[in-house]
Amino acid sequence: MLQRIFTVSKGFLLVCALVGFEAQATEIKPLADIKDVVDHYGELAYTIFSDAKSSAEALQVKTDALIKTPNEATLNAARQAWLTARIPYLQSEVFRFGNSVVDDLEGQLNAWPLDEGLIDYVAANYSGEMGNPAAKANIIASPKLTLGSTQLDLSQLTPAKLAELNTLGGSEANVATGYHAIEFLLWGQDLNGHKPGAGNRPFSDYAQGKACSHENCERRAAYLKAAVALLVSDLAKLQQHWAPNQKNYRATLSVNPQDALTKMLVGMGSLSLGELAGERMKVALEANSTEDEQDCFSDNTHNSHFYDGKGINNIYYGRYQRLDGTTLSGPALSDWVNVKNPAQDAAMKQALSKTEVALKAIVDKAEDAKTPEKFDQLIAPNNAAGKALVNAAIQALVAQTKELEKVAKILGVDHLNSTP
Amino acid sequence: MWRHTRPVAAAGIKTLSAILALGMLSISAVGLANPLLPGGLTSVSTFEQNAYSQPAANMPLQRRLDFSVGQTFFRNPWVPAPSSTDARDGLGPLFNANSCQSCHVKNGRGKAPLPNENLLGLIIRISVPPHKPMANHLGVQPEPTYGNQLHDRSIAGVPPEARLHINYVEVPITLADGSQVSLRKPQLQVSDLAYGPLAENTQFSLRLAPSMIGLGLLAAIDENALIQLEDPSDKNRDGISGRRNRVWDKTLKRYTTGRFGWKAGQPSLAQQNALAFAEDLGISNPLVTASCPNSELANACREAISGGEPELAANLAHQVEFFTANLAVPKTRPIPVTVKDAGAALFTQLKCAACHVPRHITGTVQNMPWLTGQTIYPYTDLLLHDMGEGLADNHSEFGASGAEWRTPPLWGIGLAQAVNPAAGFLHDGRARSLEEAILWHDGEAAASRAAYSQLNTQQRSQLLSFVEHL
Repeated sequence: MLQRIFTVSKGFLLVCALVGFEAQATEIKPLADIKDVVDHYGELAYTIFSDAKSSAEALQVKTDALIKTPNEATLNAARQAWLTARIPYLQSEVFRFGNSVVDDLEGQLNAWPLDEGLIDYVAANYSGEMGNPAAKANIIASPKLTLGSTQLDLSQLTPAKLAELNTLGGSEANVATGYHAIEFLLWGQDLNGHKPGAGNRPFSDYAQGKACSHENCERRAAYLKAAVALLVSDLAKLQQHWAPNQKNYRATLSVNPQDALTKMLVGMGSLSLGELAGERMKVALEANSTEDEQDCFSDNTHNSHFYDGKGINNIYYGRYQRLDGTTLSGPALSDWVNVKNPAQDAAMKQALSKTEVALKAIVDKAEDAKTPEKFDQLIAPNNAAGKALVNAAIQALVAQTKELEKVAKILGVDHLNSTP
Repeated sequence: MWRHTRPVAAAGIKTLSAILALGMLSISAVGLANPLLPGGLTSVSTFEQNAYSQPAANMPLQRRLDFSVGQTFFRNPWVPAPSSTDARDGLGPLFNANSCQSCHVKNGRGKAPLPNENLLGLIIRISVPPHKPMANHLGVQPEPTYGNQLHDRSIAGVPPEARLHINYVEVPITLADGSQVSLRKPQLQVSDLAYGPLAENTQFSLRLAPSMIGLGLLAAIDENALIQLEDPSDKNRDGISGRRNRVWDKTLKRYTTGRFGWKAGQPSLAQQNALAFAEDLGISNPLVTASCPNSELANACREAISGGEPELAANLAHQVEFFTANLAVPKTRPIPVTVKDAGAALFTQLKCAACHVPRHITGTVQNMPWLTGQTIYPYTDLLLHDMGEGLADNHSEFGASGAEWRTPPLWGIGLAQAVNPAAGFLHDGRARSLEEAILWHDGEAAASRAAYSQLNTQQRSQLLSFVEHL
């Protein structure tokens, strides 16, 4: 019955909605206004970036401890803190694709794949990107670096200095900062290819004096410290873009809620299909490319896919489970769709949960107690079962995007390929 | 970093209003056409390093997966066979680069090599006279030992064909207002030939990796429209005699209009990609097979393990074709209207538009309907023009003579160095700036070049600004 009434017009819709709510208060949630949905989208972003920032600060505490007292326990604690910090950050990625203000910092924060030889020592058989003059620059071993006719003074490894070194010499593979640079500093190269095992950097890479392995431990520690500091300050900037009741990016979204709606949907669609199903899964699978595996040093890629997917769900359901276990919930896209077309809302939800199941299956396989297989093993050329698992997730994401396109049409958004 | 200096010129602005009155390009009046959208509805709003890496804006979202997969085989490095990365093995044995993007940096133009630097972005095609355009379906007479191209890289155990370096000779010229510009002419150094000497009369053609944007649209321009633009005997006596290159289409098995490559030597994106895979990466594919030198010294090359038959499977070749057909052209960037109008007027006045034809309409693209019927502004006629001795490579290709080149598109060209800061201009990257590129124009474009040299500083900057914002 509601469906019939509510297809008339937007102005009429709100009135009816209130009536409908009063009449059937026990059955139907209060109808969200599009403005409320958009504002809650901002609140979700703020909450998620707040978690990303605080978990990066927690990482900072642990990396400081590693630098101060390098041992197996402090190294593992730092690695755990990095893994935890990824959980909210990956859920924030859905904001990247619709909101360029987020994407602007992404290169510095989360760029990959990277030529790790830029940063530190690498195995003898390592080869970087062809034509990358800095593929083996080894910043940690080089207080001074000559690149062509350019002389770089790297004696002080500060956050600003490291940020300058991103895309050094014009190559995007030169990633000096962000989660993956830090990941490399904590895990080291993953030399196992499609075989089991992640990077295996010894804690003694941070040891002082004679215990120092692979030389330059002090500079390595300085690098790690600077990279983590930059991560924290970048996340603080992102958090500020979304802080409530400020003259900031979030405030601009409420000016034109329909544009904001497009950004929400484009963000979900782009992450869902082009990025997650395409760049991060299909590409890695088709090319059997461990280089295309996002969290390759730590073998955490299964989680990065899972939480990327969760980020999309969060937006649709207007819901986010904080790191402390509490849940933020409010006016959701789903509520808005439900009013306009409950059948489509149900179809969308079903598609989202199918994806969640498929992505969870990859996590379960990666963390299987008996025969774990990480993402880099699943995409190996002769792993038919692995391929099937990854393909199932890709297909679920494709199906989910189809439903999302239908949702977009219902909400008056023509196509999901570009933002206003 | 090299720079040239310009003296402060006398203004001469008064002539501008006259130019403005007659000059306005006829592009603004056309129906739904919008010159702010050079790629029609495929145009995108990305203007930084990723400006050439976006899918067509109107491509259905569902096709993003195909685009991504095609992209990965364009972007990721290929490895020698055998390898655990089955899909991407088969590199070499001889090659110039291990991935497409090594040269087409961020899908943009290649880097003109610094003196004595190894080439990456520039390839060397070779041939010997006499040119017999129809004698074989290659369109060139291959050098007897080394074939069509020199390869300066190879897999382990196989010697590369040669070491290749470029040096430059600076050629200073003076414009009418006294400004000095230094042009540079590349000189190829070939050394360490591993498979015996080159034929004495070998002709060398230096070819820079071009930008990859809008190629699906160029492929879709109706052939009849190109025929209309032809004027092989210069009947209209404007000194410009464009004609199509007629090249062999391996799929259609007949001669047809050449569209791709610096001399329009390839009829389709599929065939251009196939040639590049085979020659530049050493990846055999259904259309073109990679080969070894015709020499008894080449046993190691011939015995190198293949990465499968063919190394690039047909379905992957299609994915790459899809990717390359859908790389979008960026929208026109805003510039002050006075600069734009003045620059547009000069573009017409100098007869740039006689070859850099602004507007086309794409025909029907069956399998990619979103590319169909787009009004586009590539600024090319896809025809061959004699560009004079200074640019000639004396390497003929099908109907193109040693002095003839295909008009390259200008859309998005102002972002070339935002995409790849080291990008060069013209077929061999000799031009470090658009101004240098203009000043190399000769032959049919001699009058345009001469007229450019007569402009004052402000006019030159208006024209350049106009071109940079196409």
